[in-house]
Amino acid sequence: MTVPLDLPDSARRAKPEAGLAGMGGTIQGRSLGQIAWLRLRRDRVALAGGLVILVLVLVAIFAPLVVRLLGHPPTEFHEDLIDPSLQVARGPRGGISWDFLFGLEPVNGRDLFSRVVYGARISLLIAFLATLLSMAIGTTMGIVAGYFGGWIDTVISRLMDLFLAFPLLLFAIALVGVIPDHGFGLSGNTLRVAMLVVIIGFFGWPYIGRIIRGQTLSLREREFVDAARSLGARSPYIIVRELLPNLVAPILVYTTLLIPTNVLFEAALSFLGVGVQPPTPTWGGMLSEASRLYTIAPNFMIFPGLAIFVTVLAFNLLGDGLRDALDPRAR
Amino acid sequence: MSTPEPGGALLSVSGLRKHFPVRRGLIRHTVGAVKAVDGLDFAVTTGETMALVGESGCGKTTTGRLLTRLLEPTAGSIVFDGHDITHLSQSRMRPLRRDIQMIFQDPYSSLNPRHTVGTIVGAPYRLQKVRTEHGVKRAVQELLELVGLNPEHYNRYPHEFSGGQRQRIGIARTLALRPKLIVADEPVSALDVSIQAQVINLLADLQDELELTYVVIAHDLSVVRHIADRVAVMYLGTLVELADRDSLYAAPRHPYTVALMSAVPIPEPSRRLQRDRIRLTGDVPSPLNPPPACRFHTRCWKAQPVCRQTEPPLVELTPGHQVACHFPEDVPPATPAG
Repeated sequence: MTVPLDLPDSARRAKPEAGLAGMGGTIQGRSLGQIAWLRLRRDRVALAGGLVILVLVLVAIFAPLVVRLLGHPPTEFHEDLIDPSLQVARGPRGGISWDFLFGLEPVNGRDLFSRVVYGARISLLIAFLATLLSMAIGTTMGIVAGYFGGWIDTVISRLMDLFLAFPLLLFAIALVGVIPDHGFGLSGNTLRVAMLVVIIGFFGWPYIGRIIRGQTLSLREREFVDAARSLGARSPYIIVRELLPNLVAPILVYTTLLIPTNVLFEAALSFLGVGVQPPTPTWGGMLSEASRLYTIAPNFMIFPGLAIFVTVLAFNLLGDGLRDALDPRAR
Repeated sequence: MSTPEPGGALLSVSGLRKHFPVRRGLIRHTVGAVKAVDGLDFAVTTGETMALVGESGCGKTTTGRLLTRLLEPTAGSIVFDGHDITHLSQSRMRPLRRDIQMIFQDPYSSLNPRHTVGTIVGAPYRLQKVRTEHGVKRAVQELLELVGLNPEHYNRYPHEFSGGQRQRIGIARTLALRPKLIVADEPVSALDVSIQAQVINLLADLQDELELTYVVIAHDLSVVRHIADRVAVMYLGTLVELADRDSLYAAPRHPYTVALMSAVPIPEPSRRLQRDRIRLTGDVPSPLNPPPACRFHTRCWKAQPVCRQTEPPLVELTPGHQVACHFPEDVPPATPAG
């Protein structure tokens, strides 16, 4: 059994890598992130999702410009184009024309296109910020619970159970209903947006928290954590430098998958009338109004509904693609 | 800080115990303890290689983790280089960690997949705030060269290397702080045989070059025979035999060691027929509830009533050969090896 161990002296000192040194050029490694990006670039469906998201975000940011080029101000009434007896736009297809791309809102004749465009602002703003908040809390709590274990883990895990068992929708309706007009130096819809972000974000963290906790539990047992400890690393160093880089993949994936959930949740709250208040346009709010009129003005329901649908779908497709690209099992 | 002269004990361990409590029920009350390490006494001399061998679950790895103070001992003492490190706090331990380093078993799990080789091998300097003469990058590249890797691979990631190369990266990290003692936990068991030879020879060369002291944890007796100066055989958390390599391989005295030795495959069929293979029956008893007195009596073919009543102490039968057995094997008359 000792046979293969006895190598001639020349082989003992062999430097198997030395031969490569002379091959010229700097050798630059490919990080796992670069590999994931190469993989994602080949996934056309995910890329399409990403492209749609990019367009949506740009439209939301440059909403005033988009509306100036392609529509009319979102609060401008066009009662002259409304049929006074039916209360809907004159002409076929709810008034869809080159002038009004998505047609006109019934009753007061506002430009549906510009309202959907401005609706994207509220929807994406709340969804992004709430997701960011969820991620920040969830990642911190998950890592801390998974890394330290013991009673800290028990407390945080029970807290997550508590939050997950909370009747969030009822709670949000009740809470948003009592928001005053002024508070925390904010007022009106700005305050409402902030409150919605806090409520949606604060109750969303256990989902990501559980995932991060589970990942941390398995990472903590890897030997590189012991290696860092045997070099004298403190817990904060291990959490930030050793564990966090390995958690980027699940954080990214679940961020992308939590955003559409929050888009839907914001739409639901607006639909129920407890979201951002009119006249600020929201997709959920428009759906709510359209639900009474869809038999005579289907475009009023279709376009905001389509906006929500496309947004949610795009985020989900991108999220799935990201998960495939970052899949740790394929490493 | 005292620096013992060569030949002095760099590390001495006495009565070392590690019991992992077993907790059950709603209030997590302790119902028992896994006695992973249950009373070890040994010393490691500067410059030597001591091997800890034993089958899976005998407490070898736990011992390694106790020596590097990744775990806190339940009882006993560990004295390293004149410092009692048994119960040092993490912050008091930190400066001493430069001198005690560890090589890990699994090169696929011991390197952070998100860090470049440069970051991994340079981490010791950053963590211990050691200044290097020509910068960390230069120091890392010298280390890579020392372990036989291309220093140009500084910017590469662990997944771009083979198992043997990864283990070399781990060894480079271990060497960064020029430790006095290296605890190697199964340094080659995850590698295939040809690569094992490379890594073992690398460790041997480094020992000569850098005056290292090794505690090697292994289960492969052929590997141990190749690298160790002294061998400690563990069974269920205790030492059953501790001897110089040649003396142990030529004439094992403890029945368990004899059984282990007889399980080493011999690559020559003709010689294989000449010896009796001892097959141990039954499983290793649970460390949760180890047998009383001599722990090996449940599987020992020589067991007598006294083995079930009195624990045999680890005594020195011949110079440098300690055995814990009431009925040690006789030293066979000197015959040519094999």
